Amino acid sequence: MLGFNLKQLTGVGIFLFMIFIGVPFAIGVTGRWDFYFTLTSVALLAIASAGVWLTFYIGRINIGQGAFALIGAYVSAILVVKVGWSFWISLPAAGLFAAVVAILIGLPILRLRGVYFAMITLVLTQVVTLTALALPITNGARGISNIPLPSGISLFGIPILPDFVAMESTKLAFYYTACIIMLLTYAALYRLVNSRLGHLCRSMQQNEELASSIGVNISYIRIVIFAISSFFGGLGGAMFGSIAQSVYPSSFQVADSVNFMLNCFLGGLGYVFGPMLGTLVLYFGWDLLFEFGKYQMLIYSTILIIIIRFLPNGLLSIRFSKGGDK
Amino acid sequence: MSPLLQVKNVTKKYGGLTANNAISFDVAENEILSVIGPNGAGKSTLFKMIASFTPTTSGEVIYRGERISNLKPHIVARKGVVRTFQETTIFKSMTVHESVVVAQHLRAKASLAGYFWGSKTAKEDVAAFGKYADELLEFLGMWDIRNEQASNLPQGSLRALGIAIGLATDPKVLLLDEPFAGMNHDETMNMVDLVRSVRDERDVTVMLVEHDMPAVMNISDRIVVLNFGEKIAEGTPSEIQNNEKVIEAYLGSVDDEIGM
Ligand SMILES: Nc1ncnc2c1ncn2[C@@H]1O[C@H](COP(=O)(O)OP(=O)(O)OP(=O)(O)O)[C@@H](O)[C@H]1O
Ligand SMILES: [Mg+2]
Repeated sequence: MLGFNLKQLTGVGIFLFMIFIGVPFAIGVTGRWDFYFTLTSVALLAIASAGVWLTFYIGRINIGQGAFALIGAYVSAILVVKVGWSFWISLPAAGLFAAVVAILIGLPILRLRGVYFAMITLVLTQVVTLTALALPITNGARGISNIPLPSGISLFGIPILPDFVAMESTKLAFYYTACIIMLLTYAALYRLVNSRLGHLCRSMQQNEELASSIGVNISYIRIVIFAISSFFGGLGGAMFGSIAQSVYPSSFQVADSVNFMLNCFLGGLGYVFGPMLGTLVLYFGWDLLFEFGKYQMLIYSTILIIIIRFLPNGLLSIRFSKGGDK
Repeated sequence: MSPLLQVKNVTKKYGGLTANNAISFDVAENEILSVIGPNGAGKSTLFKMIASFTPTTSGEVIYRGERISNLKPHIVARKGVVRTFQETTIFKSMTVHESVVVAQHLRAKASLAGYFWGSKTAKEDVAAFGKYADELLEFLGMWDIRNEQASNLPQGSLRALGIAIGLATDPKVLLLDEPFAGMNHDETMNMVDLVRSVRDERDVTVMLVEHDMPAVMNISDRIVVLNFGEKIAEGTPSEIQNNEKVIEAYLGSVDDEIGM
């Protein structure tokens, strides 16, 4: 259904083997159980980054994904803790809520282009943080802590989704769940980009006036894309809250929003799987430079600047010729 | 028979400047009508209002008995009134073929979700778009450059690509803003024939703005002349060539520009 050729299928196969068997095996052998948390975070951040990448695809620089991740985290936490919903139902609900908020915010701001749109999205994260501090339902600065682990769901007595409380290793369970959601996200993204909606996005990215002259309803598509983008943000954020078992107004900050954007730049805006690679490299890169202490930020930024200077089309442009794998 | 498209008392003001002042004329089905006039006369502005790229200050444009001015461009395009651009306006990083495929999206039978899931209708659409793109590019003599990236094309082919994109939408009325600009004599004559066959074989009504007078006189059934936002004449090419006001307007700007 995804329309892969043989070479791509092999690649996907190797990738699946790596994340589902290779990584757990390597962690088992080396005993670095902390890597589960790191890799789970990468997977979840990559989901949110996928959304940012999608807004790039209609020619908009989105530095506000942290806002939607935060919204998703709160919605899920409130539904689980205060309403008593199962986490598994709160997860899509969190995504949908973020998407609805995106539609309301997007209607006025998506007309803006370039730097103007970017600047507005930059303040969104702060706005949501302040809202979370002010609203009674979000518990202000104390946030929502002690979120229970996801409980199972069964249909006619057959377990559909696992009960994390009963699991021996919640770390592994979260890792698998995050990976599966990430894979679904990227499969959807790949499919979207290669279907008609993706082609219309490309036409808008390249020339909005010409796109509307051939009958593309550009304001509608912008809204749809921004909603999907924020849905991914809400999804990633909700999962994050569930793993951390808590949400605070500072769980996602402006710096996180900037990072989501950098992940896309680094991986490559021309490649669907760019943000996934970008997230992995950025997250691990930062961790690896930890031993440089106070120079961590300096070295990190220098490397970033060098990469963006010499690989303007992102890391994946090394492997594929320009305009290649989409 | 009532006209296909009517421009009724259309006025456009940009602040203190009146770019179009109470312009009225009719366009008959299947004719080629040119709008000419010196630089800044308001020709492009008129086209933008017809295609709803900019609202009128007053007056309206009627197409098949329906007002199409002051709507959205994509709505007017869906009704079959499509414009091309005076400035080079293309999808830079698409190939010629891809551009023509994407421009056919209004003909899609499957929904966006259908495309996402890869429904049967969507697959049929995709095949049909590819086939029609081949056909259209063949027809326009662009077959050899079908796989070129748009940004690598020379000026002459860019104009042709703009027209191909417009045609791919399957328009009823095509508004061409300076389609021959940047073309040499042979290319222009070639394009004149092409525009005529678009009208003859595809039942497209064509309106065009052009400065190349020999081409305009050759191709047009009728001509509307604008000067400083006013309509100063309307008629067949020979009527226009002998119209005092027109000659004056052109002599007043650049000698011999009308090239008779
Ligand atoms: N967006 C705008 N804002 C302000 N003035 C404008 C705008 N667009 C056009 N004008 C003015 O309106 C007048 C008519 O412009 P228009 O582009 O329609 O002329 P034109 O006949 O197409 O000229 P040309 O042959 O040079 O293309 C000009 O004086 C122009 O400066
Ligand atoms: Mg003009």
